[in-house]
Amino acid sequence: AGHGGGGAMSADLVRHLIVPGYGDAGGTAERDCAVVEAGGARLAFTTDAYVVQPMFFPGGSIGDLAVNGTVNDLAMAGATPLFLSAAFILEEGTPLADLGRITAAMGAAATAAGVRLVTGDTKVVGHGSGDGVYLTTSGVGVVADGVEIEPRRAAAGDAVLISGDLGRHGVAVLSRREGLEFATTVASDTAPLHGLVAAMLATGADLHVLRDPTRGGLAAALNEIAATARVGVELTERDLPVPDGVADACHLLGLDPLQVANEGRLVAFVRPDQADDVLAAMRAHPYGTGARRIGTCVAGHPGMVVARTALGGTRVISMPIGEQLPRIC
Amino acid sequence: ELVGRARTVRRRFAVSGLVQGVGFRPFAYTTATGLGLAGSVTNTADGVAVEVEGCPDAVHEYGLRLREGPPLAVITAVEEREQEVRGTAGFRIEASTGGPARTLAAPDVAICDDCLGELRDPGGRRHRHPFISCVNCGPRYTIVTGLPYDRAATTMARFPMCGRCRAEYEDPADRRFHAQPIACHDCGPRLELILGPMTMTGADALSEARALLAAGRIVAVKGLGGYHLACDARNADAVAELRRRKRRGGKPFAVMVAGARTAYRIGVFTDRDRDLLAGARRPIVLVPRRSGGGLAGQVAPDSPDVGVMLAYTPLHVLLFGLPGDPPGPDVLVMTSGNVAGEPIVTDDADALRRLAGLADAWLRHDREIRVACDDSVVRGDVILRRARGYAPMPVPLPFAIGPSLAAGADAKNACAVGDGRSVWMSQHIGDMDDLSTVETLHTLAAHLGDIAGVEPKTLVTDQHPGYRSGCWARANAGGRPVRTVQHHHAHIAAVMAEHGLGAGERVIGIAFDGTGYGTDGAIWGGEILIAGYAGFERAGHVGYVPLAGGDASVRRTYRMALSHLRSAGVPWDPALPPVAACPEAERDILAHQLRTGLACVPTSSVGRLFDAVAAIAGVRQTVTYEGEAALVLEGLSRQAGGTAYPWKIDESGVADPGPLIRAVASDVLAGVPATLVGARFHAAVIDLIVTQAQRCRESTGLDVAALGGGVFQNAILLTGAVRELRDRGFVVLWPRLLPPNDGGIALGQLAVAGAA
Ligand SMILES: [Fe+3]
Ligand SMILES: [Mg+2]
Ligand SMILES: [Zn+2]
Ligand SMILES: [Zn+2]
Repeated sequence: AGHGGGGAMSADLVRHLIVPGYGDAGGTAERDCAVVEAGGARLAFTTDAYVVQPMFFPGGSIGDLAVNGTVNDLAMAGATPLFLSAAFILEEGTPLADLGRITAAMGAAATAAGVRLVTGDTKVVGHGSGDGVYLTTSGVGVVADGVEIEPRRAAAGDAVLISGDLGRHGVAVLSRREGLEFATTVASDTAPLHGLVAAMLATGADLHVLRDPTRGGLAAALNEIAATARVGVELTERDLPVPDGVADACHLLGLDPLQVANEGRLVAFVRPDQADDVLAAMRAHPYGTGARRIGTCVAGHPGMVVARTALGGTRVISMPIGEQLPRIC
Repeated sequence: ELVGRARTVRRRFAVSGLVQGVGFRPFAYTTATGLGLAGSVTNTADGVAVEVEGCPDAVHEYGLRLREGPPLAVITAVEEREQEVRGTAGFRIEASTGGPARTLAAPDVAICDDCLGELRDPGGRRHRHPFISCVNCGPRYTIVTGLPYDRAATTMARFPMCGRCRAEYEDPADRRFHAQPIACHDCGPRLELILGPMTMTGADALSEARALLAAGRIVAVKGLGGYHLACDARNADAVAELRRRKRRGGKPFAVMVAGARTAYRIGVFTDRDRDLLAGARRPIVLVPRRSGGGLAGQVAPDSPDVGVMLAYTPLHVLLFGLPGDPPGPDVLVMTSGNVAGEPIVTDDADALRRLAGLADAWLRHDREIRVACDDSVVRGDVILRRARGYAPMPVPLPFAIGPSLAAGADAKNACAVGDGRSVWMSQHIGDMDDLSTVETLHTLAAHLGDIAGVEPKTLVTDQHPGYRSGCWARANAGGRPVRTVQHHHAHIAAVMAEHGLGAGERVIGIAFDGTGYGTDGAIWGGEILIAGYAGFERAGHVGYVPLAGGDASVRRTYRMALSHLRSAGVPWDPALPPVAACPEAERDILAHQLRTGLACVPTSSVGRLFDAVAAIAGVRQTVTYEGEAALVLEGLSRQAGGTAYPWKIDESGVADPGPLIRAVASDVLAGVPATLVGARFHAAVIDLIVTQAQRCRESTGLDVAALGGGVFQNAILLTGAVRELRDRGFVVLWPRLLPPNDGGIALGQLAVAGAA
C-alpha cells in the first residue's frame, strides 16, 4: 500500500529505485513532464498511465482523464499540446460498450483540447489480470522561447494562486466507486488547462511554477515544489476553497481535502507584482472562474508548507504519505 | 601520639557529577572554614577536587557533608585519598585546572529559603527585589546563552554588576560567590506592567497586577521559562473567561499558591507530594482535589484532581504579596501563555502580539529568556511533563554511545543528544502540528548540543513515515546517517536505559499507548515485546480493529467505539451512547469504511480502546485534547471496585478485545454506571498485563517486566499493574526519570541506535 498514493512513498520509489535504474540514460524526476530540444524546437514530452476505478464517474471517465491529464502535464511546462498517443491494456471480458464510451470520451476531450490522437497500441490480458481498462497516454507539445516554468523557480515573495476549488475529482471517484450516496452532487473537475495557461502567459507575466495538484492533492503539489526549490509556502487556511460537498465527505471519511486529487486545477507561483493581472486573466477564463490567491512563497522554513489557522496558529501541511495514518498519540 | 595533642590528617576528595556552576566551591569553602579545616578546592576536568587538613574527626565530618553537597549538586562519585600533611593554614579557592571537560548547565531552581528571608527583610538591601537569587537558586538553563557557564554567557550579561554585587560575587565566603544571575535593586532587571497605553514600573507594577487579578482580570506574567496567563482561581467568571479566550476545551488548568498551607486546603497531598511541592524543582504536583477547597469548577471541569505548584520565583512571591500588602488572590490559575498548539511565549514583543486577545495586562521584565521551558508536571512517582527544574539534567546511560541526536516522536515531543554514557533530554517541546513547535525542536536540538558539548554524528527518529520530527531530522541531517527506531521498542528501551540495564539484557516489555507506527504498517499501541536494546520480538498484542480515517477517529471517539463494537459483533443499538452520538449519515459511511477498509488502518492501540470504552460507557464521545477520554474515565473509576472484563488471548499472544467489548456493552445496556464499567475495564487491562507477562515468562524465563507508553500515565493502571506483577514475583520497571508518554521516547531512540 502507499506506493501508488501519489505521496512521499511513491516519490521515494521513483527517486530511489526507478530513476537510478536508468543510469546515464535517465533524466531527473523533478516534474511530470520533460522539456527537451530536438531539431531546433523546444518540445515538451510526457507520459502517464491511468488506473481508475470506477472507469466512469460523475463528471467524466478514464477517457477524459487520459487526455486531460496528459494535456495538463504538458500545459504545466507552459507547452502548447499537439499530439497524443494512447495505449490500452484491456482485461478479457470488458464490455465493448464500455470501451466505446471511453474512446468516444477521449475523442471529445481531444477535440475540446485541440489535440490529435495520432498513434496507439492495444493489448488484451486474461480475465483477472487487469481491472477493466488500463490506459497510457503520451503527449508532445511545443514550448515558446522565453517560457521557463519549473518547480525550482519558486521564489520567496511569489504569490501562490489556485485556479478553482479543491477536491472534486477525488471525492467524485470515491463516491461512485464506494457507492456512497452522500456525495453524488460532487462531479469531477477534469478539464484541459492549456488554454488557461495560455491566457495567463498572455498577460506577459513571468510564471515561475505551474502544477496540477492531482494525486496527493494540493498538499503533495506544494510540498514537492517547496522541497525542489528549497522555499517555504505559507497558506491562509480560510482562503483555501473547499466546496461543502467535498468538506462534508472528507469530514465523514476522515480524509484531508488538501490531500484529495484534482484533475482540472492548477496552482501557480507568480511574481507578486504580476499576481493581480494573472488572477484577472484566470478569472476571465472558463476553467479559472474560481481562481484566487491562497498564499505566499517565503524564504523561511524551506521545504515546508504551512497554513495560518483561524486560531492564529501555523499548522504544518505534511506531504501525504499515501495512506491515512493517525499521528496523535 | 602524644596525649593532649590532636593528630592532623590531610585528605583529598575528587567529586564528580553535576558539581560545577552549582555553588560547589563556596560550599566546600564555608564547610571547611566552619569545621576549622585548612585546604583548597578547585574545578577540574572531572568535577571538583577538595583537599582538607585538620583533626581526623573534622575531616571525617567534612567527607560526610561533602557527599550531600550544595542543594543543586548531583554527586555521582566521591573518591578519597590520604595525603601528606602540609601544615598549610586557611582555605583557598584555586584557579581551575585543566578546564572542565563538559560544563553542565544546571536546571532552573526555585527561590531558596535564604533568598526568601532576604526578600521579606525590610532591613536588607534586597528587600522586595523581584530578581533575588543566589548560588543555590534562581534561573540557570533558561538564561544560558553559551559555554562556559559564566555571567557573560547568560542573558544577565547586559546588566553590569554594581560595586556591592561585584564584591559579593567575588567573595568566596558569600552565598552569591559566582552566582551568575546576581542582581539587586541598583543593577538588576526592571519590572513593568503594560496596561493599555499605560506602563507602570517596580512596586507599582506589582501592586497594580495584583489589583487586576483581584478584580478578575487576566494578566500575562513573565516567569522563568516563558509567559503564564494568570487569573484568580477562585473567581468562576475569570476562569471561564480565560478558558473561553484560550479556546481550551475541558483541559485542566494548573494553579499556583504562595504557600504550602493554601495548597493543602485545595488538594490532598501525600508526604512525597509535599516534598515535591516545596522542593527546589517545584513542579506542578497533580493531587486529588479537596472538596470545599473553593476553586472555581472551571479550573479542572472534568477531573477530580488539581495541579498545584508553589510560587517559585521572587516575582511570583511578590505578586501574591508580602504581609502588609493589599490583599490579592491566594490561588492563581497559571497556564502557559501561548496560542493553542504553539509553544509557550518567551519574547516580550511576541507576548504583546500573540497574547493580545488573551491577556488584559502584561507583567514583564527585561531579563531575556533564552529558551522556553514550561512547568513540569508530576503525579506521585511519575513525571508527566519534564521541563523546568529537570531539564537539562543528563540521564546516565548504562553503556557508551557515539555522539547522536534523537528527534523523539510527534506528540509531547522532546529531543535528546547523547554522547558516551550521558544523554541530555530537552524539556517538553510540544505536539509537532504547528510550525512554531517544529522550529522550537530545531532551536533546542542545536542549543542542547551546544550546552552539552555534543556534535551529533548520527540522527535517530521514529519509523512513522508521516512524523514531522522525522521529516525535520531528514531535512537537517546534512549527510549524516538517519536511523529509525520502532516506537514501542523505543518506549521499552527508554525504561531499560533509565534503570541502568546493561547492553545485553532483555526484558518483557509492555508498551501501551495511543499511537505508534508498527513494523507491519499498522498502528500499534497494545504491545508485548521481548526486547533488548539491539532488537525486539513482538510476543503479543491487542487484536487489531480498524481505525477509520486517521485522526478523525482519535478526535471523535464514538467512531472508535463503533469500530470496536462492530469487530466484537455487537449490533449498533442506538441505546448505546456512541451509536446515538454518531450522526446517521456518518454511521452509514463508517459502516461502509469498516466493511471495506476504505481509509482504514488496523490498530492494536490500548489508548484507542480506552477511548472506545469511555464512549460506550457514555463518558466522552469527542475529545478536545489527547487522552481526554482516558483521563475522565480514570477519574470516574477510582472509587469503584469490580471484577475484570474478560479477554480471549490466543497461542500467539493476540488478545481479542471482543469479549471485553461485549461485556462492556451489555453492562451499559443493563444500566451499570460508568464508574463501575470504568473500574472493571481498568481491572481488565491490569489482567491483560499480568497474563501476557506470565506467558512471556513461561516461554523465555525472563522475569523483568518494563512498562512504558502514555497509557501508564494512568495511576490506577500503573499502581495496579506494578502491584499485581510484583505479587507474582516479577521485577517491575517503569519510567521514573522521564515521562512514560512520548516525552521520554528520545532516550530509547538513542539507546537502541547506540547499542546497534
Ligand atoms: Fe507512544
Ligand atoms: Mg503525469
Ligand atoms: Zn537563593
Ligand atoms: Zn547590584
